[in-house]
Amino acid sequence: MNDLAAGAARTLPDVALLERSRFEPRAMRNLVLTAGIWLAALIAGVPLVSVLYLLIVRGGARLSVEALTALPPAGFEMGGGFGNAIVGTVMMVGIAGLISVPLGVVAAVFLAELQPTGRLARTARFAAKTLTGLPSVLAGVFAYAVVVLATGTYSAPAGGLALAVLMLPIVVLTAEEAIKAVPRITRDAAYGMGCTRSQVAWKVLLPTALPGILTGVMLAVARAAGETAPLLFTALFSGFWPFDGGRPQVMQPTASLAVLIYNFSGMPFENQIELAWAASLVLVSMVLIINVVSRLLGRPRA
Amino acid sequence: MSTVTTARNGRTVSVPVESLAPPVVIDCKLDQVYYGSFLAVRDSHVQIQRGKITGFIGPSGCGKSTVLRSLNRMNDLIRGFRLHGEVRFHGTDVYARSVDPVAVRRHIGMVFQQPNPFSMSVFDNVAFGLRLNRFRGDVAARVEEALRKAALWDEVKDKLKASGLSLSGGQQQRLCIARAVATQPAVLLMDEPCSALDPIATRRIEELMVQLKEDYTIAIVTHNMQQAQRVADVTAFFSVDITKGTRTGYLVESGPTQQVFESPAELLTKEYVAGHFS
Repeated sequence: MNDLAAGAARTLPDVALLERSRFEPRAMRNLVLTAGIWLAALIAGVPLVSVLYLLIVRGGARLSVEALTALPPAGFEMGGGFGNAIVGTVMMVGIAGLISVPLGVVAAVFLAELQPTGRLARTARFAAKTLTGLPSVLAGVFAYAVVVLATGTYSAPAGGLALAVLMLPIVVLTAEEAIKAVPRITRDAAYGMGCTRSQVAWKVLLPTALPGILTGVMLAVARAAGETAPLLFTALFSGFWPFDGGRPQVMQPTASLAVLIYNFSGMPFENQIELAWAASLVLVSMVLIINVVSRLLGRPRA
Repeated sequence: MSTVTTARNGRTVSVPVESLAPPVVIDCKLDQVYYGSFLAVRDSHVQIQRGKITGFIGPSGCGKSTVLRSLNRMNDLIRGFRLHGEVRFHGTDVYARSVDPVAVRRHIGMVFQQPNPFSMSVFDNVAFGLRLNRFRGDVAARVEEALRKAALWDEVKDKLKASGLSLSGGQQQRLCIARAVATQPAVLLMDEPCSALDPIATRRIEELMVQLKEDYTIAIVTHNMQQAQRVADVTAFFSVDITKGTRTGYLVESGPTQQVFESPAELLTKEYVAGHFS
C-alpha cells in the first residue's frame, strides 16, 4: 500500500500543473480544432444568411398591399402584383396535400405496423425511396400525361397531382419512421387493452406519432411549394384570377409563385424583376409560417 | 359487478360472472410453449383463483412472464410463438380456434413492467378502454371510480387534462392500473409492476393490490420474494431446466404462499426461498 502510494506520488503532477496551459500540444490542438469547427459552421451559414438578406432587402423593398393583391403586369406596364399566384400556389399545394397526405399516412401505417417485412412492403418502400430522388420535371411529365392530355387543358389539378407525386414519398418515409419510433411498451399497452390492429394504429400509434408525421408533411409542403419544373407544363401560368364570378375555376391554366418567379426573373423589365424578388420573399415566408404553425400544433402535450 | 360487459361489432353481450364462476377463474395447463424452435416453458399447470392474488416467482428466464402473458394471449404478438396445452378462462379455452384474442384481452387486463400510459390526457388514458368498448354509461363517473380504486384520484383530480406522461413513475403506473380496471376486467395480470419503481411507490402499489383483490382476481409476476410474501395468497414457483442444453422454464410447485415459503414440498423451492440462488 505504501509502495503504491509512493509510486503514484512520483507519476502524478504537482498541484501547480493542474492549471490550464495554453501552449501545451493538447491545448493547441483543441484550440485549432475548435476554431475549425466554428469556421465550418460560419461558412455553412453564409449561403443561407446571404439569400435571406437579399430576399429581405430586395424583396421587402417592393412588398406592398398592391403586390400581394394585384394581378401580374404585362410587358411595359408598371405596378401590378402576384395575388393570383399566391392563390394558385395555395390551391395546388392544397390539392397535392389532399392527395398525398392521406395516401402517404395510410401507406406508412401499412409499412410500419401491418406488414413491415412482406414483399409488398419491401417493394413499396423501395419505390418510395427511389421516388424521393425523382427529378421533379418527371413528376410534371407524369401529370401532363395523366391529366393534361386526358382533360385537354392545363389546370390546377394537373399541377397538384405533379406536386403530390413529389410529396408522397417524403410523407410515406417520414411517417413510417415516426410510427416506428412509438415505443414497444406503448403498443403493448394498446394490445393489452384489447385493441384490434387497426385500433392500435388509429387510436394510439397515429396520435402518438403525430408530431413526427406533421414534420414530414411540412417538409413535403415546403418542397412542393418551391417546385417550378413540375408546374411548367401542368399548371402553366395565368395572368388572371382562378375565379369566375366568385366561383373557383380550376380547369384552366393557373398561376403559381414559383413559375411567376421563374418567368419574371428572366424578363428585361425592372418592374417584373422587382416583383420576382418580392414573390420570392412571400414564398419563403409562407413556408416558414406553415413550419412554425405545424410545430405548435404537433407539439406533444407532455 | 355481477356481469362482465363487452361490445363487439356493435352488439353488447353480458356474461354473468357469478353464475359461471368456479373458484378457479383461469385454469392454465401448458405442455410446451415455443418461441420459434426455442422451448421456453414446459409442463406447467397453474390455477388462478377467484378473488385472490397469485404470485409467480422464480429465477430469471424461468418463464414466469411467458406464462403470465400466455393467459391473455399477449404472446401472440411475438413472432414464432406456439403453445401446446390449454388456458381455460371460465371453462373456455382461450386458444380455441373460435376465440378472438382481442376479446380475451378485454376480459383479462394487463399492467406492464414499465409504466406505459398513452400520450394523451390522464382522463383519456382511463377512458380509453371504456370508449374502446363503446361504454354507454357515465364515462366521467367510471373514470373517477377507476382513479379512486387506483389510489390516484386525489393526486390528479385537478389535472385530468394534463398528459399522462407528465406524472411521476409511480403515478404513471397507478394510472396504468386505473386504465386497466376502468373496464372492470375479470382478471388483472401484472408483469413485475414495481420493478421500475422506487421503494415508496412500490409500497403504494402493493397496498393497492391488496385493496384491489376485493373486486378483482390478480396474477402478478415478481422478481422479489418479499413482495410475493407480502401480497400473494397463492404462490407459484418456477425454475429453469438447463439439463438439455437450453433454458426451459417449468413450474416446480404452487400452493398457499405461507406453505410455499415455510414448508415447501420440493428441495429446489426450499433453496430458492432461502436465497441460495436467484
